[in-house]
Amino acid sequence: MSRITSILRSHEERLLQAWLREQGARGVRGGMVRDNELRAQAQEMLHLLADALDKGTPGDRSDAAAYAPLRELLAGLSRTRGSQGFSPTETVRFVLSLKRPLLALAAEESGGDKAALFDDVNHLNLLLDELGIFTSEVHQKSREEVIRRQQSEMLELSTPVVKLWDGVLALPLIGTLDSQRTSVVMETLLQRIVETNSSVAIIDITGVPTVDTLVAQHLLKTVAAARLMGAECIVSGVRPQIAQTIVHLGVDLTNIVTKATLADAFAVALRHLELVVTKKSA
Amino acid sequence: MTLERIPILRMARVLLVSIQIEMSDHVALALQDDLTARIAGQGAVGVLIDISALTMVDSFIGRTIANIAKMASIMDAPTVLVGMQPAVAITVVELGVPLAGVRTALDVDRGMKLLENLCAEREASGNA
Repeated sequence: MSRITSILRSHEERLLQAWLREQGARGVRGGMVRDNELRAQAQEMLHLLADALDKGTPGDRSDAAAYAPLRELLAGLSRTRGSQGFSPTETVRFVLSLKRPLLALAAEESGGDKAALFDDVNHLNLLLDELGIFTSEVHQKSREEVIRRQQSEMLELSTPVVKLWDGVLALPLIGTLDSQRTSVVMETLLQRIVETNSSVAIIDITGVPTVDTLVAQHLLKTVAAARLMGAECIVSGVRPQIAQTIVHLGVDLTNIVTKATLADAFAVALRHLELVVTKKSA
Repeated sequence: MTLERIPILRMARVLLVSIQIEMSDHVALALQDDLTARIAGQGAVGVLIDISALTMVDSFIGRTIANIAKMASIMDAPTVLVGMQPAVAITVVELGVPLAGVRTALDVDRGMKLLENLCAEREASGNA
């Protein structure tokens, strides 16, 4: 493998120029990575590739120990690019665009030894392909991590249980309810009922865009569970469209106290606790 | 094998059952026998079942508790189930145990108030 290593070492500057040109020509968006930064990254990759070829035994695949620093560099690069909003193509092209200039140089330096050139090209192709795949996988994973983190953040953000009065809890639901979210909602509400010793809980669905049979089912379950614990549940914020949908779907909500607004529900809760609101001057 | 039993305490005319152990099937059935016998024997006017220490239920235990409450009710001793834990409540709902007619309260204190109200209502309607 000393041929490739010597090409990498002796023609570094030329190779670097050609590689960066190649990247520029194939539409890596300018401005997202500064030119000198890109150059530094490319240079480091060339160094690490040369080191790895030196250290490793000839014919090594990219998962050999000698390539660990190179893989690390690519993983870091891929992750930053993922968070900067690069597309997978753009990220992988960083690696794959090295192929053309490097193979061209290898052909130039081969001195007509076709068998040796074929071996070199074969090996380089394999290596760079594998590294490209590796880069794209890291990119994908880092994007997935972002999605997962956002999902769990949304789950936590979206289920606050607020105390309206001694013994009255409110749960303003906002956004679409799926079964996972509803079970979190259900558990937090029931837990808070125990903690605050509340006998009335108001579930406000003003912010729920649509109610289908599944959501209605979850609501019914939550109300039933709260009732079993000895707390009364009131569902408020039933908008006209939602009332129409519920009736058309044939969901039976007659066992549940439903109110049009949170204020109405709160009035019911106060009545339930035998409390009266009076005007000061009266 | 000694059979575990759940003690039934008498407070004035109310029977108080506090379930402090994990229920097995035969403990639940024994409680059902004991409690119905005590209601008949001592003329209780109400039953309070505290399940705040119960953390696990299966469909059989859930149904037995519901049955005990219903039996007591038809023996003219209204029953209040107090202190059900959130996890238990979710399980009972998911299992679809019919607890529709059973009265519930958050804690023993509120349960006693509810029972007093029920007894007072009954006396009022009986006198009328």
